[in-house]
Amino acid sequence: MSTVVKFHKVVAVAGGFPVLAGLDIEIAKGEIVHLRGSNGAGKTSFMRVCAGLIPISDGDANVLGFDMRDDRRSPRRHIGLLGHDNHLYKDLWVQEHVEFRAAATGAEAGDAGAALRRVGLSDRLWSVPIERLSAGQRRRVAIASMLVGRPQLWLLDEPHAALDDEGRGLLDEILVEAASSGATVVFASHERDLSKSVATRVVTLRGGRLMEDSGAA
Amino acid sequence: MLREALLIARKDLRVEWRSKVTLGHVAPLALLILVVFAFAFDANARLLELGAGGLYWVAVLFGGTLLIQRAFDVETEDGNFDAFRMSAIGAPSLFLGKSLGVFFQVVLLELVLVPGVVLLYNVRIENWVLLLAAAVGGTLAFSVCGVLWGAMAAGLRVRATLLPLLLVPVLAPVLLAGSRAFDTALGVRAEAGWTWTSLMFVIAAVHTAIGLGTFGFLLEEG
Repeated sequence: MSTVVKFHKVVAVAGGFPVLAGLDIEIAKGEIVHLRGSNGAGKTSFMRVCAGLIPISDGDANVLGFDMRDDRRSPRRHIGLLGHDNHLYKDLWVQEHVEFRAAATGAEAGDAGAALRRVGLSDRLWSVPIERLSAGQRRRVAIASMLVGRPQLWLLDEPHAALDDEGRGLLDEILVEAASSGATVVFASHERDLSKSVATRVVTLRGGRLMEDSGAA
Repeated sequence: MLREALLIARKDLRVEWRSKVTLGHVAPLALLILVVFAFAFDANARLLELGAGGLYWVAVLFGGTLLIQRAFDVETEDGNFDAFRMSAIGAPSLFLGKSLGVFFQVVLLELVLVPGVVLLYNVRIENWVLLLAAAVGGTLAFSVCGVLWGAMAAGLRVRATLLPLLLVPVLAPVLLAGSRAFDTALGVRAEAGWTWTSLMFVIAAVHTAIGLGTFGFLLEEG
């Protein structure tokens, strides 16, 4: 199984504060990794370093075959990132937004409809401004916007936040589908039950370092 | 690059079309500025006539700064800059697209302001071609400078107050050139209108080159 993320003693600093302090971790293709850890443990920072949004200060990091010291921009187009923010244009209609994201990632505009259906957003909501949606519906639009780009590496920070039970189940299905089709999924969540449902591996961070690793399933 | 730039511009104009900020908020404010000046110089109609070009560009500066602020607010408010960094769209395309979006919004603003100046300040347009060329050159320069400096301020919490502070000195030559060219086009002063207009196109070209070269860095470090 090929390695998608390989960190060796990675140190990263953001805003003058060391957010990763010598992190060692390897993640293989097709894994679904549940990142755990208390607030400030480095979960979000790990994902932002993987996405190339935070540069590494020391150590070696390789993501999707790209050396992150030399080139942290190239892997981005193969990565889907869903952070605490939803990355939505609230004035746009739902369909317009997802079509824009599709075009921005080089996907077909026609894929937007399929992505919206997959996250359970009915047709009647497609021509509604995003600002009128509930928090859970916005999260679904954000997931559809990510889904439409067919990323190889999914990085999701508290992806189940604001979703109802049906939405959570749907998201879990989507994550399993993505992994079984060859993508790799890393998600951060404080909810322990999620490890039992979808994760193939549970990793705990503390102080920007690896504390526990259940290992690949 | 052009396809990506048009994608960004179309998205920005669609956001504007849905929110109606330019026509609903900014244009009335800019018109109010013209009205305030009309009241302020009411006692001296000749002075108002002489200053019409300058007052027009002051109104464009105020309104346009709000539009630039807005153009970056929609990107920062829900982490959309991160989405851009993660997308296949290159920084130069983003710069061109944002500039194009701002350009069309400022043009819309100017379509409201030109009749306002003619009616309120009692001036006549003597040279339509020069007026049009100066408006296009000044708006281009305003848009590319605004987007370049808007990106610099975008990541900062104090951006709302910092942007005008950065923008006004940078745009001072555009304001001056635009005012002089308009003075000639309105027939209130015999100036080298076309020279001033050319200067605005040169400023636009220089800032476009700087923007294409540095926008990636600004996006990463912002």
